[in-house]
Amino acid sequence: MKPPAFTYHRPRSLEDTLDVLGSLGERGKVLAGGQSLVPLMSMRLSAPEEIVDVNHVPGLGGVVVETGVVRLGALARHSEVEHDEAAFAAIPLLRQALRHVAHPTIRNRGTTVGSLVHADPAAEMPAVLMLLDGFVTLRSAAGTRDVAAADFFTGPMESATRAGELAVSATFRRPPAGSGSSFVEVARRQGDYAVCGVGAVVSGDRVLVALVSVGDGPVLIDLSATYDGSVLDHDAARDLVDASIDPEGDIHASADYRRHLAHVLVARAVAEARTVAA
Amino acid sequence: MSQVDAPVPVSFTVNGAPYSLDLPARRLLSDALRHDLRLTGTHVGCEHGVCGACTVLVDGAPMRSCLLFAVSLDGAAITTTEGCRDPDGGMGPVQQAFHECHALQCGFCTPGFVTTVTAYLRDHPDPTAEDAREAISGNLCRCTGYVNIVAAVQRAAELLAPQDQP
Repeated sequence: MKPPAFTYHRPRSLEDTLDVLGSLGERGKVLAGGQSLVPLMSMRLSAPEEIVDVNHVPGLGGVVVETGVVRLGALARHSEVEHDEAAFAAIPLLRQALRHVAHPTIRNRGTTVGSLVHADPAAEMPAVLMLLDGFVTLRSAAGTRDVAAADFFTGPMESATRAGELAVSATFRRPPAGSGSSFVEVARRQGDYAVCGVGAVVSGDRVLVALVSVGDGPVLIDLSATYDGSVLDHDAARDLVDASIDPEGDIHASADYRRHLAHVLVARAVAEARTVAA
Repeated sequence: MSQVDAPVPVSFTVNGAPYSLDLPARRLLSDALRHDLRLTGTHVGCEHGVCGACTVLVDGAPMRSCLLFAVSLDGAAITTTEGCRDPDGGMGPVQQAFHECHALQCGFCTPGFVTTVTAYLRDHPDPTAEDAREAISGNLCRCTGYVNIVAAVQRAAELLAPQDQP
């Protein structure tokens, strides 16, 4: 399994990167961590003509904790975010979810922003961006725009990133003080894709969950109406979940089993998040 | 910058030795190590990031060499299982522990374990059996059943521990 041939670009500045992406248009594909792109190419499921390698562009990395937000640069590796103590203190959910992203070895190279742009419906970090009402900052030679999580994930493996644009950072909003969070999932093998996964944030009497692998993208559900501040009405929550998800069956799990997991994992995630909430 | 499949210059070190190569951009690091540099210690199993046999250290961190384009590693320091030997050429502590604990049978997966465990013990010098199991969860072995590999991780930790004063 060898990747198909392509033309390689190794820009050394952001300006050069945006210039080359702009000139390539639809033919250009950004390479950051490559932990999804390279296997897709090796399996010949993807064959970009031109690859723009951003790994040598200064200024694209970094985990920045500011008032109310954590901002990840395009080259912040999953493992760097996972082990960043300031980011964990600000938003524990980042580490809670990242521990489910593939294996540590993959997390050493893969980038969080890259996994957002890749928009795999089984991926954890798009669900986290949705839960935390985050946004992705896209830059092109023409300018910069921020796209809210709710508008960013447009379908399976589809994001709002346009030809010529580079996702330069992702910003996650810190939940209110006293919030609790958790991320739980079931996979066939450790480190494998989630058969179903659920992230939860509980803030006072507000309960948000986001589910992976049960729809075209991360599915955000507001369960606050089923929560009185101490007890979740499980039947009502289950009805809300059922109305929001659209699981498919495949070789790994039937649609019914995924639906069952969604019910069980939502209850588990909310219970876990509540135990850490103040 | 270059035409399709035209060689791209790249420089990196492997086990401390500097290399400057001209490689097709699509050359995977695993193939660059084995075919271009003739360092056949790194094994290629699944070639899509699942099995872990091809794991090498890039700037000290374990990564799948089959999921990296060699040309993307300009300036990197790469360590393969050959680089996990003792400076005198004998077996390094992790390799010695695998030998002592019979942590390999066919040996195909071993290079990926040696690199992964070498990096893991640097950050976690005294792992429990449970920790060791978690540390190797990204590497597949079809022979051993993992029990002896877990023992080897802990044995390697002993070998690496600073010796007590006599």
